[in-house]
Amino acid sequence: MEKIFCDIRKCLGCKSCEIACAVEHSASKNIFQAITEEKKPRQRVVVESTTREPFPLRCHHCEDAPCVQACMSGAMYKDEKGFTRHDAEKCVGCWMCIMVCPFGAISRQENLALKCDLCPDREDSFACVEGCPTKALFAGSWEEFQEKLRKEES
Amino acid sequence: MREEEKSIDKASQEILEIAEKEGIDTAWDRYEAMVPQCGFGELGLCCRNCLLGPCRIDPFEEGPQKGVCGATAEIIAARNLIRMIAGGASAHSDHGRDIAHTLLLTAQGKAKGYEVKDEEKLLSLARELGIRTNGRDKKEIAIEVAEKVFSEFGQQHGELQFSHRAPEKRQALWRKLGIMPRGIDREIVEVMHRTTMGVDNDCENLITHGMRTALGDGWGGSMIATELSDLLFGTPKPIRAKVNLGVLKEDEVNLVVHGHEPTLSDVIVTASQDPELIELARKNGAKGINLAGICCTANEILMRHGIPIAGNFLQQELAIATGAVDLMLVDVQCIMPSLSSVAKCFHTKLVSTSPKAKFPGTEHIEFKEEEALPIAKKIVRMAVENFKNRVKEKVNIPGEKMDLVAGFTAESVFKFLGGKYRATYRPLNDAIISGRLRGAAGIVGCNNPKIKHDWGHVEMAKELIKNDVLVVVTGCSAIANAKAGLLKPEAAFQYAGKGLREICEAVGVPPVLHVGSCVDNSRILITLCNVVAEGGLGDDISDLPVAGAAPEWMSEKAVSIAFYFVASGVFTVLGNPFPILGSREVTQLLTKRLEQIVGANFAFESDPIKAAHLMIDHINERRQALKLKPVMYEKEEVAVR
Repeated sequence: MEKIFCDIRKCLGCKSCEIACAVEHSASKNIFQAITEEKKPRQRVVVESTTREPFPLRCHHCEDAPCVQACMSGAMYKDEKGFTRHDAEKCVGCWMCIMVCPFGAISRQENLALKCDLCPDREDSFACVEGCPTKALFAGSWEEFQEKLRKEES
Repeated sequence: MREEEKSIDKASQEILEIAEKEGIDTAWDRYEAMVPQCGFGELGLCCRNCLLGPCRIDPFEEGPQKGVCGATAEIIAARNLIRMIAGGASAHSDHGRDIAHTLLLTAQGKAKGYEVKDEEKLLSLARELGIRTNGRDKKEIAIEVAEKVFSEFGQQHGELQFSHRAPEKRQALWRKLGIMPRGIDREIVEVMHRTTMGVDNDCENLITHGMRTALGDGWGGSMIATELSDLLFGTPKPIRAKVNLGVLKEDEVNLVVHGHEPTLSDVIVTASQDPELIELARKNGAKGINLAGICCTANEILMRHGIPIAGNFLQQELAIATGAVDLMLVDVQCIMPSLSSVAKCFHTKLVSTSPKAKFPGTEHIEFKEEEALPIAKKIVRMAVENFKNRVKEKVNIPGEKMDLVAGFTAESVFKFLGGKYRATYRPLNDAIISGRLRGAAGIVGCNNPKIKHDWGHVEMAKELIKNDVLVVVTGCSAIANAKAGLLKPEAAFQYAGKGLREICEAVGVPPVLHVGSCVDNSRILITLCNVVAEGGLGDDISDLPVAGAAPEWMSEKAVSIAFYFVASGVFTVLGNPFPILGSREVTQLLTKRLEQIVGANFAFESDPIKAAHLMIDHINERRQALKLKPVMYEKEEVAVR
């Protein structure tokens, strides 16, 4: 299963993934127009840091996702590929998902939960991965990511 | 990106294909690798001016809205923009200073390779600068002119001499707004002061000073560069030449000059005609020495000697990738650092010459005005001797080359419209007043892989001349339009509207006029002043039915140029927006409110046809305000479109 991984040693905290994510979730998909859109496009990734090391924080699509278990309306669910999805129609805004998420990767937009939706308007790429100037972000399987790290080490 | 998407120029497409096969990296490849570029940078929301930061403002208003010091998007965007103006104004002005230095050494008899070629201009300039000319030696006058010009750079108070060339009304406005430039260097230093941590926090106050700095470039540094270059190397006259990579020759030594200042390139022209060196070239198996140029140093020697142009900014790597360049000489500005690595793939010798611009891993032959000719000869000799190292299999010279006429100036071209015996601006003004011409427009500036190479320049020029707008071009825009054949007098038949065509036919000029290098944008300012002075079209530059554009700009120099045009009253359209859109207030100020302040504003439009129509609409508005007759062939034009 393809996921987004981050080699945190390469993250410089530039927040380009945040910008790319917000633009991807705008109506125009163009930064110059996106900033003037009436409904401000919202990012689903945020660059955080512990001590001074930055890293991008976003939904990890956990195998055993606490948010899915905690969701009382069934808005958070697992799709056939195992990704954690959010059905805005069903969301009642109880914020249980936010309470239980071990990463703090879910935020709010008005009265709905908001999280990484894996760029539904794209076919086989992710805005944050493409927007990462140091290539700290990587899309692929866990094995592929490990192999990439191994190759870079050697 | 496919080759056709990168450039509209066939010669460039051909070499790009070869570059790709050979694995040679070009600006387009590096641009593709760089995309997406940093959104904070694109919007002007990143501040690195002190170590409280780096700070950035979230344009989507979720994250921080103020830097650590409290600076808002408005402050940060305005500060960054005027620092760009300072960079651009510095480049043009330092160029002007170098020419003044050459003039001084020449007059003192220390620079043997030069002479004052335009004595008439020396005298008129001396009179303008308040220098006594009666019964004085030419050299004495030249020394005083050079010293007076030098003092304009360091002047602390008062007004720049050439700013007095502007219409009275414009000068009065500058004084009222407090943007009359005092000294060229002073305004640049003040930009750095105002934008350092905790000084000027009012975006309008910042932009206002940016205009003052830019005016010090347009009516100071750049104008000095143009005037003194004319004086030293001769005022250009219309001249025929050829352009594009096809000017490189398979059987001759190809020496390409690239950069901006004419001081060395002009002497290289002399050196390349040296019989001894030509003989040496023959001995080395070449039929002769072929000199060609890239960017504005090329424009300088094209305007004065008819030396062919190999290409514009985005073709510098491609010229080397033809495998046919034996030596590329560079001085300052717009020289890609990548050249040294491209040159390593071929036999091409890259030679840097300015103490201000060195390139690791390339030969450096420092240029000194005092020894100009011996140095120039040494470089030409290196090129000749390198001819034998050319690898035949690697040579790919595209067939494309185009004829052009260049060499127009504020003194020459517009007077031609009046004929040799009645040299005045009257016919030009009358043409506009009668509606045969809709107006005039300047297309200037760089190339940028963000916009298909040459497409912005050429499409815009075609659309404007089709609508009876006379176009003047400089810099890389001039080279783009030359390659497209728009600088040939015949282009009027193919592309110009009926009114413009009639004028081109009667006078024998192309519909698009090459007025020089990027510092020669000052020629456009002087032309505008002359048009105002001639009368009948209002009493300020901002009244004129004219507009400006930089459809493919990238350099800080273009920011300074754009600002001195707007501050002088010329509506200006830019292909890519300034990096300020992250601030609503600065965007508003530049695109709307400046009109009320200086009588002109900016517009951002990347589609060259739409941009041309913004210019045409503006010209029409100005015509209406002046109560001019309707454009003579308006109806037919509409039918054509």
